[in-house]
Amino acid sequence: MAVCTGCSLLCEDIELVGGTSHAKNLCRKGWAHFQSLYTERTKPTIEDQDATLDGAIAKASEILANAKKPLLYGWSNSTLEAQAAGIELAKKIGAALEGTTSLGQCTLMEQVLTGKIPSCTLDDVRNYADTSVFWGADPSNSHPRHLSRFSYYPRGEKHQKSYEEERSCVAIDVRKSSTATLCSNYFYRLPPGTDDQFIESIMAALDGKIPKFGDKKRMIELGTLLRKTEYGALFPGRGLVYSLQEKMDLLQKLIAKLSEITAFKVVPMVEHYNTRGFNQLLLDETGFINSVSFHDGAAVHGPMQSMIEAARSCDAALVIGSDPLSSLPFGIARALAKKPLIAIDPRRSLTTDAAKVVIPSAMCGFEAGGTALRMDGVKIAFDSVIKGDMQSDEQILARIKEAI
Amino acid sequence: MVGAMEIYQLLPKDACKECGYASCMALAVALLNREKKLEDCPALLNPKYAEKFKKLKELLAPLENASETGLIIHPEKCFGCGNCVVACPVNVAAEPTRCAVGLGPQGEKVILAVEDGVVKCMNLKECRRFGPNKVLCNACTVTCPSKAIEFV
Repeated sequence: MAVCTGCSLLCEDIELVGGTSHAKNLCRKGWAHFQSLYTERTKPTIEDQDATLDGAIAKASEILANAKKPLLYGWSNSTLEAQAAGIELAKKIGAALEGTTSLGQCTLMEQVLTGKIPSCTLDDVRNYADTSVFWGADPSNSHPRHLSRFSYYPRGEKHQKSYEEERSCVAIDVRKSSTATLCSNYFYRLPPGTDDQFIESIMAALDGKIPKFGDKKRMIELGTLLRKTEYGALFPGRGLVYSLQEKMDLLQKLIAKLSEITAFKVVPMVEHYNTRGFNQLLLDETGFINSVSFHDGAAVHGPMQSMIEAARSCDAALVIGSDPLSSLPFGIARALAKKPLIAIDPRRSLTTDAAKVVIPSAMCGFEAGGTALRMDGVKIAFDSVIKGDMQSDEQILARIKEAI
Repeated sequence: MVGAMEIYQLLPKDACKECGYASCMALAVALLNREKKLEDCPALLNPKYAEKFKKLKELLAPLENASETGLIIHPEKCFGCGNCVVACPVNVAAEPTRCAVGLGPQGEKVILAVEDGVVKCMNLKECRRFGPNKVLCNACTVTCPSKAIEFV
């Protein structure tokens, strides 16, 4: 059995048939992730010239050692071991550390990890939850097996009749997504940016008042469903987080209100397989989940350490397990692209194309083993399934640290 | 997916009964269920119905790929999410410790399984839609987010 590292569900029931030519139980996204093992792999390069791995590592170490304010960015597609090595490296060279959630689900993740919002495991969702709410998320596309493995279709300890009678699925989105088509009666379509008004409407419906926003009858219907729920699970995606922006406390209030009535838990829908792992590790180590700087020795966190500032103020950046030039907002990506970049990535990306030094690494889950945190915080360990001569992220980071 | 009414509209509608059915509507249903072929209607072979015959051929072409239970899988649309694998009552009965709790099947007794990222159909005889005592189960189609599974 192999573990798929295609998304943050870390499916553990993958069966490889005939070496790596066929795979059972891999979703389309996972299969594409698996196939990418053979396409567009990176080679060690220094300033677009082919180099040896040792040479690339030496050059990367030299750039980082000479930098006054280095930045270590990414970590979402790295194992916990590599992330721990990264934190050690940051401490040693006085670098700023930044994960991919800093411009995404940072505030929500912080509230979940620090216990301000109650959370549960996906196994609890499967066994006990009778209402799953997908808000600003479309798991059918982003985490294809979410509904079939945990949130809607499987039979749980307490719900033997599952989706046919005992489970309800609610989708709240700005468009009729693939997931919304499965929620037929409980799909709520919102105009973009009105999630805060929708939250207030739900709270009014829960209080037995007439909601001011949306179709009153349908809002009362939703309020009744949430009131009757015995164990609810909310899966907020980036759609909700981006829409609420500074009003995240509204969501906290809604969850507190729902928790008074019934058990209601939140599991953030993070995309990459170990995004939560990095936030958890950094929280345990420094007390902050993101945007930490070790420039002056001690861990410092604040607006000046945010990715927006760090991308502009750093004088060298090491990018690992992420493709910031494609995913960051254009202004920040452009600022970052002008810096000397070191990219550690198994596959070619916009960042590796623009990087000064490219260090190829083994693909986690296939060529390298390790541990990672699933989106609900459960630790999943995996071994390599094929033999490769590539070095893992962890080994490369250890070598850079040693060279510095 | 094509309906019996659409097929009926293109048939001669003369109730000649030469196909063995009492009406053209009955033949339309038989064509849909793939119990009869277009060539079984002698009137349709008449040159004056040539255009309608051509249209019917086109209309019924997708049905040729359908399985014995009328199941059609469009692999290009499938997400490989496994909703159908977990929802299918036959799969659940065959693997109560795996399919029923959301895991992928291990054995060979299941009807639906995800392989190489798309759903595959096997053991059709076990499907509740198979045979004379069929039940019009639609667990796999209603749970599909991309309409990759259809029944004739």
